[in-house]
Amino acid sequence: MGSGYSYVSPGRFHLVERMLVQGNEAVGWGALSAGCDAFFGYPITPQNEIPEWFSREFPKRGKIFVQSQSEVGSIMMVYGGAAAGFRVMTSTSSPGWALMQEGMSHLAAAELPCIIVLVQRGGPGQGSIRHAQMDYLCTTRGGTGGYKNIILAPASVQETHDLVQLAFYLADKYRNPVIVLSDGILGLIRESLEIKTIDFGPLPEKDWAVRGQERRKDKNFRFVHSGVGTAAILVLGYPNYISWLEHMDEKYKEMESELKYESYQAEDAELLLVAYGYPARVCKEAINMARAEGLKVGLLRPITLWPFPSQVLKDKVDLGHKFLVVEDSLGQMVEDVRNAVQERSKVHFLGMLSRHLPTDGGMILPSRVLEKIRRLSIEEGR
Amino acid sequence: MRIEKVWAAPQVLAFSPACPGCQYWTIGRIIAEVLEELDIEGKAIAVMGIGCNGYVSNALNIDRILGAHGRAPDTATAIKRLSPDNIVFTTQGDGDCMAIGADSFIGALIRGEKFTIIMCNNANYGTTGGQLAPTTLPGQITTTTPNGRNVITEGYPVHTAELAATFTGVAYSARSAVNTPANYQRTKKCIKAAFQKQVDQIGLSFVEILSACPPNWHLSPVESLKWIEEKMIPEFPLGEFKNVNRID
Repeated sequence: MGSGYSYVSPGRFHLVERMLVQGNEAVGWGALSAGCDAFFGYPITPQNEIPEWFSREFPKRGKIFVQSQSEVGSIMMVYGGAAAGFRVMTSTSSPGWALMQEGMSHLAAAELPCIIVLVQRGGPGQGSIRHAQMDYLCTTRGGTGGYKNIILAPASVQETHDLVQLAFYLADKYRNPVIVLSDGILGLIRESLEIKTIDFGPLPEKDWAVRGQERRKDKNFRFVHSGVGTAAILVLGYPNYISWLEHMDEKYKEMESELKYESYQAEDAELLLVAYGYPARVCKEAINMARAEGLKVGLLRPITLWPFPSQVLKDKVDLGHKFLVVEDSLGQMVEDVRNAVQERSKVHFLGMLSRHLPTDGGMILPSRVLEKIRRLSIEEGR
Repeated sequence: MRIEKVWAAPQVLAFSPACPGCQYWTIGRIIAEVLEELDIEGKAIAVMGIGCNGYVSNALNIDRILGAHGRAPDTATAIKRLSPDNIVFTTQGDGDCMAIGADSFIGALIRGEKFTIIMCNNANYGTTGGQLAPTTLPGQITTTTPNGRNVITEGYPVHTAELAATFTGVAYSARSAVNTPANYQRTKKCIKAAFQKQVDQIGLSFVEILSACPPNWHLSPVESLKWIEEKMIPEFPLGEFKNVNRID
């Protein structure tokens, strides 16, 4: 079959402990483990394996797959499915993400839980169909209307599967969209995957969902509404628009407690690398090589990009760390690191101009990161 | 003496204020009557477009969703696919349906989704103050066609009900009006037929309803009814354009 899990017999995947799958396919297995009801999507490279997986695996399990007429359609299908109380998702790549911005804002306003997987590619514009990390700012800063959403950034196939499940849980917990931010490399590499359902605990009933009055004990109607200027008062029961915004502000503050990050060899590090996604894997390799040379380097890998581990970085400044941000862009997450450090320590940057090839297929390789680490340690006089 | 109740307003009908002579509440009322007559109001979900046409659904005390401008067919697609037992319908304006939301509308027709689309056609953008719509009549003055719609630059009015009838996945497509009591009754028949197609799970059903917008037409409510009869109906003929009980 050549699809990466040829030894999986239909309907018996639960008997298989490990499979060799692509990151994009791991999105599907994670969604299935999370009890996802429907996927709505539109083809775009490099995430096509995601809708293809759902079209193959969902209908035969009685679940819904719809190929929309555009990403504008996908995201508003997600809006409908979420409003009706189902676990729903979509996926896209960078130009498609641009088309989803209006819908994202509506989802945030109507407080609808859903997940969106964004497999980043090079940009801007039509850009390239290869990997990049150029959508950090437009995902972490959000779109029109100043909404916020949790952004989970996996760095492996297994973590993609696991974080998709966490994303569904957090979406339901906060009634808010959650983004899983992948990239063209993570989406297309094949790694060993253990499929498992992760239990994150109980969730509240979706009493607000529109399912038809007769399905409800109180027989009252429900109204899912994104026009919060008037709906706050007329539909949602708030005294006014500002009191609704207060409620959202409180929710966003609560969401900040979901901070997740990984430290690697960071304890005694004099130079702390900061990277997410595929470059974090590259950095680990470079750190191993640098440690062999006696250089004290470590890694801080944000797993949530919003909320961002700013306080963790601040504490590292106090311990005397210097920083090197490795990011496959012209410099986006480095802004958040600089904001956290506040010029109290040096923040160096290694970006996509340091790729091994000048074409869109170029990557930041461990040897290049090691070279930068060596140069910085010489500059520091060690 | 035996007192018998011979008439009652639909239970699901709510008061929905609008401009003098606006017919959106009237259309909402017809939907309310049909939902109760078919006994489907308890499983009905209305997906509202953006614009004044929201008054149509706001006339109904049923489960409702309001989302992005033009995207009601996408939102309805998801609900109907996930929950086929629900009766799902959109209420949209002509601009919502055939300008900003044309791709969503056509997408649903191509896929042959099994819900109902009710499009109100008042030949202009009512909410925003009376601008050019895809349905504006040739020569009609709007705030963005101050010299009247010029067909050389703005093109000709779109005939949505005829267009919908050309799609294989569409089970029912009709156009009606509510400018006379007779047309009111015909509209009710069309809406009932459209919902029946959904109950019978045959295919997508579409009803276009010509409706008055007196403030933006700068006409009185009574003059507006006459304008529908004399100007709109010749451009947008009433009737059924498709009515099938089976799609192969």
